[in-house]
Amino acid sequence: MISAVLDNRRFRSWGGQILLLGGFAALLLWLVMNTVTNLDARGIRVGFDFLWRQANFPISESVLPYNPSDSFLWAYVTGVGNTLAISVLAIFLSTALGLLVGLARRSKHPLSSGVAGVFVTTMRNMPLIVHLLFWYAVATTALPAPREAYNPLPGVFLSLRGFYIPAVELDVTSWVMVGLVIAVTWGVWRLRHHLMGTGRWHDRHPVLALSGLTATVALGAVLLLQPSAVVSSPEMRGFNFTGGLRLSPEFAALMLGLVIYTSAFIGEIIRGGIDAVSIGQWEAGRAIGLSERHTLTKIIIPQALRIIIPPMTSQYLSTVKNTTLALAVGYPELGLVVGTVINQTGQAIESIGLLLGIFLTISIAVSLFMNWYNAHVALVEAR
Amino acid sequence: MTVFDVAPTVAHIEPSAPPKPPHKPLLQLFFGDLIASVLTVSTGFLLILMIPALNWAVLDAVWATDDPSTCRDGGACWAFIAAKFRFIIFGVYPPDEQWRPLLVMGLILAMILASLSPRLWGQRLIAAWIACVAAMLTLMWGGVLGMAPVPTSSWGGLPVTLLLALLSLGLGFPFAVFLALGRRSSLPIPRMLSLMTIELVRGLPLVGLLFVASILLPLLLPAGWSIDKLGRTLAALTVFAAAYLAEVIRGGLQGVPAGQIEAAKALGIPGWKAVWHIVLPQALQKVIPPLTNTAIVMVKNTSLVLIVGVFDMLSAARVAATDPVWSAPYVESYVFVALIYFLICFGISNYSRWLEIRVQSRSYR
Repeated sequence: MISAVLDNRRFRSWGGQILLLGGFAALLLWLVMNTVTNLDARGIRVGFDFLWRQANFPISESVLPYNPSDSFLWAYVTGVGNTLAISVLAIFLSTALGLLVGLARRSKHPLSSGVAGVFVTTMRNMPLIVHLLFWYAVATTALPAPREAYNPLPGVFLSLRGFYIPAVELDVTSWVMVGLVIAVTWGVWRLRHHLMGTGRWHDRHPVLALSGLTATVALGAVLLLQPSAVVSSPEMRGFNFTGGLRLSPEFAALMLGLVIYTSAFIGEIIRGGIDAVSIGQWEAGRAIGLSERHTLTKIIIPQALRIIIPPMTSQYLSTVKNTTLALAVGYPELGLVVGTVINQTGQAIESIGLLLGIFLTISIAVSLFMNWYNAHVALVEAR
Repeated sequence: MTVFDVAPTVAHIEPSAPPKPPHKPLLQLFFGDLIASVLTVSTGFLLILMIPALNWAVLDAVWATDDPSTCRDGGACWAFIAAKFRFIIFGVYPPDEQWRPLLVMGLILAMILASLSPRLWGQRLIAAWIACVAAMLTLMWGGVLGMAPVPTSSWGGLPVTLLLALLSLGLGFPFAVFLALGRRSSLPIPRMLSLMTIELVRGLPLVGLLFVASILLPLLLPAGWSIDKLGRTLAALTVFAAAYLAEVIRGGLQGVPAGQIEAAKALGIPGWKAVWHIVLPQALQKVIPPLTNTAIVMVKNTSLVLIVGVFDMLSAARVAATDPVWSAPYVESYVFVALIYFLICFGISNYSRWLEIRVQSRSYR
């Protein structure tokens, strides 16, 4: 009788699963109980009320305004801000560089494809943290003092104290106008896209008229409001540079290392995507009389994108996660802030919990966005 | 003349190799059209920008000297690498005992060479690996056979890097197999648990996991259990490797046709045996090339242990460069370490390419 029950397939499958779940729950419970005992023994109190206390430690550079009298919570927000800023910048720059590398590797030009090939092979096969430490060492030991700064391009100075580049300083009016120009351009482009979709693109006069009107209005606004856009170049004053934009050695090393490393991977993804579109597609495009440019933009790229996007998603995600290595060169992103807070307060569980939670949120957000974009591209293809 | 006159001859045309593209003269290749010229000039410009680096690394470099002060000006100080070679490779391991880590590296190399050919793969090789890893750990720890005991805090350099990579992959693999099988399971609870574990670990940066291992793990375990820093780091790397390996193995499991398991059912082979003896071997054979990619990723990731203060090769090089006698040769140290990582990873990736061709040509069942 008992053996009949034990042999029952459904009983065995559910019994096994409940046992597994129970074991898992017991393990979690065990870890929590240990933690409670350990915390009691060490007299550590768990809670998030420390977040409202004054942080009292400096953050060397940040996108958001921060000073040591702010709260721990604001220190975390500043860390997240820095992490997001360097992630977005690194992803943008390495996609651009990766595109160049990928296309260079595919080109028939032996010098370009050779250089791109060597670049990809060497950069991919070294750990990112070695890249970062290498560039940090270059930026802090190999460069000259500000007085004898290395000046590779006009207005660009590389020195031990940081990199100085020219900056464009815009006043509020200019910012508003730049924003408007971007918005209008995007709007016209969308309208054109929409009209093409509905087959009314041949009737292109309204769009042209609209563009002309916008251009006239913009010109008039520039003349009337006189926005100021000043290019300020770094200049040597006393012992240091004034003017321009200063990139700290930490930031410069982080960006160089991260962008070079990531672009090698992105280059390979892009090359693989373009190679994966069969050569017959090029030939078919030519056969129906499309120009080379239209074959590329209307036939090859849409198909290559569908192949490129999934690996690109995971590359972007790992780039976001890789920014945590910035703490090796001392750039104050979230990981470094968390480390400092743990040293200052001893609130390890809460701080690491926040770190993990924030990264999980970012990972999920990036995946959702890329999935949406992927669906969007697939939809274009199906039309 | 009609089409009919031509048609019969068409049928007899033998397929021939496509005509070779005409050999372009060099000048045309580099300056044939606008794009080619732009590429030539821009790549040339890039290469010219490299000249100062080349000067630094080769022409102005100090290759051999006993006197650190000759390294102060100009080029790279490769003499520093020669002087600190032993420290970078072995770290703070007691100098008199350094034959032991050397032997460990020799063992690893020998075992890797022995495992290269797929012909030798089998249970015996796995057993040999387990025995060798045990021997390596014994050699490193000592305390038996008249070898002085060396605590893990004194281990360092390349052996630590290699052992971390090897052990995290080796220990992570069995977990990965179970996670992958769980994720493909038709039973809801194992599937959910595996999915949660894999996605959680893959959604986190390795630095976060290393923080958990080095700071939180002592809190999570009962007071009496103390795992040293190297062990905790290894635990984090193992969990990380398991999640990534699981996704690779899942790819292989998806590639095994459903007919295989149906055939096993038809023959009356019970479920678990069918999975273990029929599905899994086929799945693993399919994913061997991508598994080598994960191996490269893990070799590179071991360098992150520097952040939690484990003394791997990269940390050793960094510490070596702080010696005040030399003029802060950080750049040289990192170039040297990068070269070693490059040799390891490049070797694995070429091996993987060779293996892929071999797998294709032999067409495993």
